Amino acid sequence: MTAILTNLFDGVAYGMLLFVLACGLAVTLGLMNFVNLAHGAFAMTGGYVCAVLANQLGWPFFAALPFAFIVSAVIGAALERTLYQHLYARSHLDQVLFSIGLVFMSVAAADYVMGSSRLFIKLPAALQGQFDVFGVGIGRYRLMIIVICGLLTVGLQLVLSKTRFGSRLRAAVDDPRAASGLGINVPQVFAFTFAFGCGLAGLGGALSAEILGLDPYFPLKFMIYFLIVVTVGGSSSITGPFLASLLLGIGDVAGKYYVPKLGPFVIYTIMIVILIWRPNGLFGRTATR
Amino acid sequence: MFVRNKTLTLAASAALAAAAIASGAARADDVFKIGLIVPMTGGQASTGKQIDNAIKLYMQQNGDTVAGKKIQVILKDDAALPDNTKRLAQELIVNDKVNVIAGFGVTPAAFAAAPLATQGKVPEVVMAAGTSVITEKSPYIVRTSFTLPQSSTIIGDWAVKNGIKKVATLTSDYAPGNDALASFKERFTAGGGEIVEEVKVPLANPDFAPFLQRMKDAKPDAMFVFVPAGQGGNFMKQYAERGLDKSGIKVIGPGDVTDDDLLNDMGDAVLGTVTAHIYSAAHPSAKNKEFVAAYKKAFNSRPGFMAVGGYDGIHLIYEALKKSDGKTDGDSLLAAMKGMAWESPRGPISIDPETRDIVQNVYIRKVEKVDGELYNVEFQTFEAVKDPGKAKK
Repeated sequence: MTAILTNLFDGVAYGMLLFVLACGLAVTLGLMNFVNLAHGAFAMTGGYVCAVLANQLGWPFFAALPFAFIVSAVIGAALERTLYQHLYARSHLDQVLFSIGLVFMSVAAADYVMGSSRLFIKLPAALQGQFDVFGVGIGRYRLMIIVICGLLTVGLQLVLSKTRFGSRLRAAVDDPRAASGLGINVPQVFAFTFAFGCGLAGLGGALSAEILGLDPYFPLKFMIYFLIVVTVGGSSSITGPFLASLLLGIGDVAGKYYVPKLGPFVIYTIMIVILIWRPNGLFGRTATR
Repeated sequence: MFVRNKTLTLAASAALAAAAIASGAARADDVFKIGLIVPMTGGQASTGKQIDNAIKLYMQQNGDTVAGKKIQVILKDDAALPDNTKRLAQELIVNDKVNVIAGFGVTPAAFAAAPLATQGKVPEVVMAAGTSVITEKSPYIVRTSFTLPQSSTIIGDWAVKNGIKKVATLTSDYAPGNDALASFKERFTAGGGEIVEEVKVPLANPDFAPFLQRMKDAKPDAMFVFVPAGQGGNFMKQYAERGLDKSGIKVIGPGDVTDDDLLNDMGDAVLGTVTAHIYSAAHPSAKNKEFVAAYKKAFNSRPGFMAVGGYDGIHLIYEALKKSDGKTDGDSLLAAMKGMAWESPRGPISIDPETRDIVQNVYIRKVEKVDGELYNVEFQTFEAVKDPGKAKK
């Protein structure tokens, strides 16, 4: 029993991590209808920012974490203004080719600047190790991930559904022409949203370094996971990718624990089954565009 | 006019080609070319960088002229992808007319180049890849790294002798991992040990959590671990996170998991890990102290076992060229390499004349803190170990 609960805990933490990493992509891909395969590059940026601040400049981990978000968001905003905005109106194939090119450039750049070996971020002692609750092993770091990601999910959902910005964004996405006719500054809304998505990726990258490892190949290695989350979850809301991340996280951990021989395939099996059942993802709406 | 133009071009290109051949011929006499194919990018990049560093260091120390020939190293990056390796090896042998191909970060890369070495009669010096069968893939392959059975059998024997009865194994699911697992299992169970759990981890595995939890629940005395050097840090961090270091489940294995290159970043959980391996930066010989100091000074990092594989590989090529009196054909070089013995930073080593594989000491080491840094401190030596993978046949 305790083994089941420990696995459940690990699975939830892994799922939450996937969610923070991928939800920025859900925003750009789902809400803005832009295929940004370079999403992982922003995650890696956040990871390296956090690593440099914490390891080389000696900042405390929790002080470095917000900067992972901020720096990635600023870079995201700059790239959106200079490069991405020209591609909104182009075909998905153009977007894919462009963003995969960015991925390779980011890999080469990170390799040149940071070196190719794997980095770890220095953690405070309070986040290391595990403690027992009735025999269930709770990893401190994983618990922190669950807390941060949980708060973030609630916050995101509130912003999108309850705030003025959220309704402007939804309007700008559904009908940019009508939205700008109503006085909504569509390019500005898009730029802000894109930057925010990149910031989330950066935060996810910083949080994931401890568990997934951080090296210049991060954007390529984990691209597939981001895409699975968004495909399975459907890209029209935040709830879909959230539930998909949890399902995949728990499924992946349980699969590797109980059937280690099949372990890596469990996540793909889940994906295929869900997509056969609901081709647009768990919460996908039928394509209108 | 067109005709004249064409003739001119033809004449010009003929002249160019003649010049190229002439200069090529002139060069072939006094230049000895080594085609170095290693991963400089990708997940195995640290292997390539260590080998490249070590070769540069050796050439700084020993000059670049041997037996009247100037040594030229042509570095190619295969990113550890065998398709690339094959293409690059072909280019190097056919176009650049290299005298030796060397490097090979991973087993599939060494395999991919083997038929080309045989056809081109060019020695292939394997400086990193560690699967036992590699040297059997071509009569032109010579190895200066190690084989996984060399260290895995010895740690298996050590475990039974030191009161470890139940072991859970965690190995990467590819040729070297399976080599390590098979050799360890054979010796350990023959000595009366019991394998209580066996998990093979996919090579591109991000999170070890569920596998480690399985290890923890199996309650073994120790866990036998082989993951490629780059993943060792990830593994040890999560091992500590799960509290396995405190539950008394020790890590044992071949030394890849505690590669000197990454050891210092792994944290104190790695203290006490016992591994069997061919090289430690803490190896207490004068030769090694000099090597480590020079390497640190030149590259500001600690050499790992991949660096020493490269350092010995280039030494082997230098000495073979000396011994063959400047004869650069593959067969003369290979004949010179067979049976060669020398003192390496890792201790005395030699090339087995029959198998062309390396014969070397294997050390049992424990991770300890020395002057505030983590080192694999050697405490037992098995001398002149041949590859057990071949001894069986």
